[in-house]
Amino acid sequence: MLGPIDYVLWFLTALLQAAVVVCALRGRTFWKYSTLNFYMLAASFLTAGRFVIFWEYGFPSPAYTYFYYYSDAFLTICLYFALMELYSHVFRAMGINRYVRAGALLLLALTCWVTFQVVMNSSAKLLTNFVVELQQNLYFVGLVLTYLLWGAVMKQRETRAQVVQLVSALGVYFSGFAANYAFYHLSQEHLAIWNYVPPMLALWLPAAWAYTFAKVPEEARIATAHIAATHGSIR
Amino acid sequence: MIATLIFVIAIAGFLQFFVSYCRSLIAAYERVDLSEQAREVTGIQDRQVHGQDFERLLQLVRMCPEPGDDSREIGAVRTYFGLLSLARATFRRIAPALEQRMERERESCAYFAAVALDRRIAHSRGLMAEQLVNH
Repeated sequence: MLGPIDYVLWFLTALLQAAVVVCALRGRTFWKYSTLNFYMLAASFLTAGRFVIFWEYGFPSPAYTYFYYYSDAFLTICLYFALMELYSHVFRAMGINRYVRAGALLLLALTCWVTFQVVMNSSAKLLTNFVVELQQNLYFVGLVLTYLLWGAVMKQRETRAQVVQLVSALGVYFSGFAANYAFYHLSQEHLAIWNYVPPMLALWLPAAWAYTFAKVPEEARIATAHIAATHGSIR
Repeated sequence: MIATLIFVIAIAGFLQFFVSYCRSLIAAYERVDLSEQAREVTGIQDRQVHGQDFERLLQLVRMCPEPGDDSREIGAVRTYFGLLSLARATFRRIAPALEQRMERERESCAYFAAVALDRRIAHSRGLMAEQLVNH
């Protein structure tokens, strides 16, 4: 049974996801970060779609379950490509974009193959099992790739404020989900408060990205050394 | 065992990214010099501000009309300041060097609040000037 807070979080998530696209359009950075914006646009529509399915068929219905998992897998693939777009922005100066794209597709194909090997023995609902497993595996790959990208941002002394904020916000999002997932498996008792952690994290990413597109000018630069968490002090 | 490992790595990653994100927000304010009026109101001289002034400055910020574009930044930096205060209290006895580092970070947060206040004062003055023109 959903309470008023759940409904508010649901609508707020869809609104913030749409706000990212609006802010990017207003800031004329939509095409520069097209994959990232496509992800947010799709997320906004699918979040609204989930609500429609929920309203029509209810939470425990197979329709909602299928829609949730298939849409989540689709969004994870979109987020993977959004991450690759951030990679290509960071590595643009080195002129290795073609290799980054090829590597991304290869890694995606490899993840699909490994996932298929894991689920191929399940006789029933092969496709559904594949979709659920692929989504989880891609999430893990995304988490590792975000950590690597942050390492590249620091190493290359990336100064574009927009790129730095987009990557660090994504890092907070992935790390938060991973920590929540691990804590869920560690804890014996599941307090109700933990049910609100994933929706809050889902709010974080569109809120941070919308802020970046709305407030941080494309030409804004910051010294990478000053934002590294290991660095002593800013001033 | 694996869940514990994932939890520790994820929390470390979360803190790393969150600190970096907050620092990127503060960095934009670091380059801004305070106006003479803001210096008078806050009592800050030569960019020297103490971490303990953060709450006082934030109270002054709240007294000014909102320009509508800085509340999210202030919220994020406030959370960051809270984390820093907690870490500072934890490290006080164990590692004094780390405590000093936390204090410098807190000073940056306080300077951020001072610049936010300065912007709000400027905004209020703009509003007043606009009203005077209209009447």
